[in-house]
Amino acid sequence: MSRVGTIARRTFLIGSATIAGGVAFGAYMVNRPIPNPLLDDLAEGEAAITPYVKIDANGITLITPRAEMGQGAVALQANLIAEELDIDPASATLTPGMPGLAYYNAATLEEGAAPGYDDSTSTQITRYMFGKVAKLIGLQITGGSSTTPDSFTKLRTAGAVARETLKEAAAQRTGVDRSQLATKDGHVILPNGEEIAYTALAAESALIAPVEDVTLRDPSTWRLLGKPNMKRLDMVAKSTGTEIYGIDCKVDGMVFASVCANPAIGGDIISFDATTAKTMPGVQEIVPVTGGVGVIASNTWYAIQAANAVECVWGPGSYPENSEKMWNVLETAIDNEDYFNDRQRDEGDVAVALETDDIIEAEYRVPYLAHAPMEPMNAIVLVTDTKCEIWSGVQAPIWTRDKAVALTGLAPENVHVYVQQMGGSFGHRAEIKHVEQAVEIAMAVKGTPVKLTWSREEDMTHEFPRPPAIARARGKVSNGQVDTFDLSVSQAAVIPSWLERNSGIAMPGPDPSIAHGSWDQPFTIPNYRVTAYRAPDMVPVSTWRSVGASGNGFMHDTFMDELIHAAGADPLVERVRLCFDGTSRKVMEEVGKISGWDGPSLGENRGRGIAFCMSFGVPVAQVVEVTNTPNGIKIDKAFIVADVGTVLDPKNAEAQLFGGMIYGLGHAINSELTYENYAAQQDNYHANEGLRLFQTPEFEVKILENGHHIRGLGEPGVPPAAPALGNAIFAATGQRIREMPFHKHINFV
Amino acid sequence: MEISVNGEKREIDVALDMPLLWVLRDELGIMGPKYGCGIAQCGACTVHIDGMAVRSCQLAVSDLAGGEVTTIEGLGTPDALHAVQEAWIEEQVAQCGYCQSGQIMQAASLLDADPAPSDEKIDAVMSGNLCRCGTYPRIRAAVKSAATKLQET
Ligand code: FES
Ligand code: FES
Repeated sequence: MSRVGTIARRTFLIGSATIAGGVAFGAYMVNRPIPNPLLDDLAEGEAAITPYVKIDANGITLITPRAEMGQGAVALQANLIAEELDIDPASATLTPGMPGLAYYNAATLEEGAAPGYDDSTSTQITRYMFGKVAKLIGLQITGGSSTTPDSFTKLRTAGAVARETLKEAAAQRTGVDRSQLATKDGHVILPNGEEIAYTALAAESALIAPVEDVTLRDPSTWRLLGKPNMKRLDMVAKSTGTEIYGIDCKVDGMVFASVCANPAIGGDIISFDATTAKTMPGVQEIVPVTGGVGVIASNTWYAIQAANAVECVWGPGSYPENSEKMWNVLETAIDNEDYFNDRQRDEGDVAVALETDDIIEAEYRVPYLAHAPMEPMNAIVLVTDTKCEIWSGVQAPIWTRDKAVALTGLAPENVHVYVQQMGGSFGHRAEIKHVEQAVEIAMAVKGTPVKLTWSREEDMTHEFPRPPAIARARGKVSNGQVDTFDLSVSQAAVIPSWLERNSGIAMPGPDPSIAHGSWDQPFTIPNYRVTAYRAPDMVPVSTWRSVGASGNGFMHDTFMDELIHAAGADPLVERVRLCFDGTSRKVMEEVGKISGWDGPSLGENRGRGIAFCMSFGVPVAQVVEVTNTPNGIKIDKAFIVADVGTVLDPKNAEAQLFGGMIYGLGHAINSELTYENYAAQQDNYHANEGLRLFQTPEFEVKILENGHHIRGLGEPGVPPAAPALGNAIFAATGQRIREMPFHKHINFV
Repeated sequence: MEISVNGEKREIDVALDMPLLWVLRDELGIMGPKYGCGIAQCGACTVHIDGMAVRSCQLAVSDLAGGEVTTIEGLGTPDALHAVQEAWIEEQVAQCGYCQSGQIMQAASLLDADPAPSDEKIDAVMSGNLCRCGTYPRIRAAVKSAATKLQET
């Protein structure tokens, strides 16, 4: 069994459990037999058996706990189970289940611990321990491109155990040995061709010992996984307006609400005057919430109008009041030992190497960025004296439940979170503030469900954004090669800000994400150093699609490009020469091939740029071709090559890669949040646009399978986009852009 | 006030300046049209009025003036798909899908007016519809294959 498999077998046991009228498979139990001090605090019930497959007389239900945000997670999870269970995933009922520790995500924290190429035993142990911590903190979270690696073995095993146990039940019923039985399309097939439906075997299966000794099928025999016809299961609903997102949910008797909260994030409200708001049409109630005011009305639009009409006196923010002062903070922290975070890469002797006159220096900047998914934050909450029910699209349902527990004083078992489909997230929905506000409003009208919807303006100005960063780089070339690469990054911490705000857990030690995407790149350079400086917290920040790599990918690769240019080397050839990881080299070589890198030059006013970044264990290389037109830069073509070890859903994987690159290109060109008087200045898409269709290049995507590990693709497509574009602009114009958004320095058409 | 949506007359009692989007969603429970920006920047709320693509977040319901409203639910259903929806499913366009009701309504009205649009026309007409997931390459492909489908029928 693979490494993933070994770990999985140690940390969960697959079994079965009787449920009303049927059987549940894929039960997980904490590994009690192995003494582990980390597990001592687990409360009674936290080792509860939780299923991935439920079968009763009425049908088959698959539980897909990783949430759907648009990345294809639900279809992937269903297909993993169905591959072994021998059912058509489209025929099953799919549900995210209820939040439970049994669905903890080991992969998210594993990935934070070490770079993707490092396979040493100690690294595996670190990964493993991080996985354990995930269990302790209840991290049933969707993020970090972790659904694929986390589910790959777990869910196939659940499907296989269910299949073999159903066969065993059929064997006991018919007297035919299990080895003589086959399965197909939700049926056990007897040697004589007779078929018994799984649903007819459910009750008997619950009574026998589960068959746990299963062998997973060889990938060469897969019917669904990796096949070009493996479809997502949500396409018809999403093409007919029948998909129900959180914002579309209806609960009987519900009222509609909106809020206006202090634009200084986390700031207090000193006083408010709702005289006008109260008289506006449809308004039913004004309810103070923490740091703001909620309005209940008979229609969301009435609620938004009235919330805008409440006059509030806000308290100050707890961070510098404007962007200029925030940049000053980052400048103070960089290369300042008082703010040292970590130096995970330090090879050769950078200090000595830089004692010359021919140093190449550069400074890079990336701004605050909003996630801005298309569906604004929303939640329906019903609070009564005995329970609290929450319907919302959230990435971390257990933390959501805990926030409601804290606000209502109810016991955790009386708070229910029903995770809804999400109209995008990109990390936005790993935040819970909107649910807390909805709970506060619902507590004021107990017994009435309240549907809270943020206006787009409320949403964009109450982002927990991606933090800004400054990098200073110094380097040297000799004999046509990159010789010295020294990068310092200054940024406020992301993971501790996000973790503590949402889970209450303080994260000790350095923040591994500040130089994520810089220190962990698979290059060997004679003198190579990456140092992270942790600037003081400013605007509370959050994980944003590809987290630290979103900024570091740009800063690291652009400086690489600058050094290679100074060395007079070829950008592709020199990157490949410096790279020590074979999987990554093949990715770069392949993008060279499909983009015609070695072919004829593109001609006047045109240029191509290459960039590389490994994040979440996935090496990605991108090439961008641009034309410098009289009116500005036009992006003509883009090429992407990535390696995910094994491609499970090719059509969706391709979409994740070009979607990630489009997200990266759009933000590189035109997006930022700036602050004035503590408030974000960009409040809607006109000021924070991202890429539109007319700017979108033609794409060619290729996915390789040389890597040893199975990886997710929700994020790794983002980081190389900005440097690939910047490097192409340099090739076409000679202008080097070192600050995002690029439109501050050059026009685009 | 009475309005006509997807061929049905519906009675509503709301402020005259309420945008059609919120009448559809919160008064009539028609959830296909989505709220994305409220200021005509994203196109998620796009519906047809007498066949023309309109941003329903920008149209006060009292300005409908008897116009027939068609939402994505009225364009086609899972059992009776419109050619544009068929193309969208075949190309596997949607990611989160939140913008796609609006994209499809925009594309359907484009193809109604111009059955064989040029690449430039597709880019121009579809660029008012934002997609944060970045499904644009497949939107382009789906508009073209829908055009072919519509010409064949
Ligand atoms: S909600 Fe109408 S255009 Fe965005
Ligand atoms: S599919 Fe998510 S916004 Fe378009």
